[in-house]
Amino acid sequence: MPKIKYIDHTGKDREIEVPEGWSVMEGAVKNLVPGIDADCGGACACATCHVYVDPTWIEKLPPKSDMEETMLDFAQDIEPTSRLSCQIKVTPELDGLVVRTPKSQH
Amino acid sequence: MAGTAQSGPLLIARKAANVIPPQGLTQQNRAEMSERIVIIGAGQAGAQAVASLRAEGFAGAITMVGDEPYLPYQRPPLSKAYLQGKFERERLFLKPESFYADSKVELILGVAAASIDRAKKVVTLTDGRILPYDKLLLATGTRVRPILVPNANLRGIHYLRSIADVDALRETFQPGKKLAIVGGGYIGLEVAAVAVKHGLDVTVFEALDRLMQRAVSPRVSAFYEEVHRAAGVKIYFNTAIEKFEGEKTITGVTAASRTWPADMALVGIGVVPNAELAHDAGLDVDNGIVVDNCARTKDPSIFAAGDCTWHPGREDVFLRLESVQNAIDQAKHAAMAMVGKPTPYAEVPWFWSDQYDLKLQIAGLGRPGDQHVLRGDPAARKFAIFHLRDGKVAAVEAINAAPEYLVGRRLIAEGKPLDAERLADLSIPMKNMA
Repeated sequence: MPKIKYIDHTGKDREIEVPEGWSVMEGAVKNLVPGIDADCGGACACATCHVYVDPTWIEKLPPKSDMEETMLDFAQDIEPTSRLSCQIKVTPELDGLVVRTPKSQH
Repeated sequence: MAGTAQSGPLLIARKAANVIPPQGLTQQNRAEMSERIVIIGAGQAGAQAVASLRAEGFAGAITMVGDEPYLPYQRPPLSKAYLQGKFERERLFLKPESFYADSKVELILGVAAASIDRAKKVVTLTDGRILPYDKLLLATGTRVRPILVPNANLRGIHYLRSIADVDALRETFQPGKKLAIVGGGYIGLEVAAVAVKHGLDVTVFEALDRLMQRAVSPRVSAFYEEVHRAAGVKIYFNTAIEKFEGEKTITGVTAASRTWPADMALVGIGVVPNAELAHDAGLDVDNGIVVDNCARTKDPSIFAAGDCTWHPGREDVFLRLESVQNAIDQAKHAAMAMVGKPTPYAEVPWFWSDQYDLKLQIAGLGRPGDQHVLRGDPAARKFAIFHLRDGKVAAVEAINAAPEYLVGRRLIAEGKPLDAERLADLSIPMKNMA
């Protein structure tokens, strides 16, 4: 099972095995990683699952959909490596992915 | 393993762990630590209340009672990914079981609350257990509105509200089957989209003259009607079902003296609030449990949140909302009120629906008499309808149009006046409207 490393805003990191096909958001929420609300449950409808992808991984992720791109424009504290974690599907290629979660989604 | 929630039914009746008081507490902290909060209802609102109560520092005992045998779960995927079989059951759970253990919450699942004694401050459960409370949160949600026509109890007639409902529906959800959908609202249409793509023969029977009449403007109704028809869904308007046909199992539906053959039916004609407990306890009930804008009932020890509440909206008109947003936000406010920090709930309501490749996102509540402004082109499957009231954005319906939805939501919250022509002008990006 691919391992994802989640680093929260305090710098604490958690390495979590996330089943293939799940989203990076689900891996966080189901393992109580702080900093992600995901109010809509992964429907790309709320922009409250924003994460910062480690710069070394950003090129390896599938590109953003138009919907994700525009939803992100309106999330808080956006950086060039920002993504909506509900839109990143976990695959074997993402084994070792590192993401940082913000302090808050609002 | 990532999720620790089990996929099978859970029957949990765990004792809350003893909360050990940290050093140096004030008298008030100590009083609060011995406080007992009972939450009736283990859905989206109940689960949010648990998280918010603990985030607010409430250190007393929390017991959550749910009549379904599952940990609190997300309902929106039921009519979409879960019905399609693309989503395992454990992915529906909002939080893993360990969250409730870590939060020192006693979960009582598969048991309903039978009555509330406000004088004694106890809740009695259907299994006879008695739960004393200092504060009580009613997060009882809604139940499906039953269709009251002859033969409504035939096998093969389904509703969609719970995991159990979808598990039953999926047993016969096979290509070639004739599916009659009663009601052209969100539930009926989301199921229609999944079903027709799965190869079922789908017919929607709507009693009124357009789709999603309660939720969207006529233009959006017409757009969705066209999309569903193009996908192969048959739709009949002004066609209220009068009777189901069949001996033991459904064989057809009858409306306006005509019978259509059917192998199965899905009834999606709305929900009714679970307000009987509150009513029987002498609390005020209208179209839901009456609360103020801080989620308080008239009993200072009892609060309510989510689909079950009849509460003042942003314009002080009482309303009932059936949505994830309301469950989450109102539960947050209920938790604040329960820990003695009441704050008025005034978030802009928002909703979404996924049908085919279309994401419908709605913010605010439209009203008859609003001026409708179209931005974008329905033929491009990407457009929005803004509702202007007194020159301000009151609501937005966005189809595959996230900027319109998100900026619209902000404009509604800010109550900023906006020019209709400017709003319709695609050469001005939405960002510049804010």
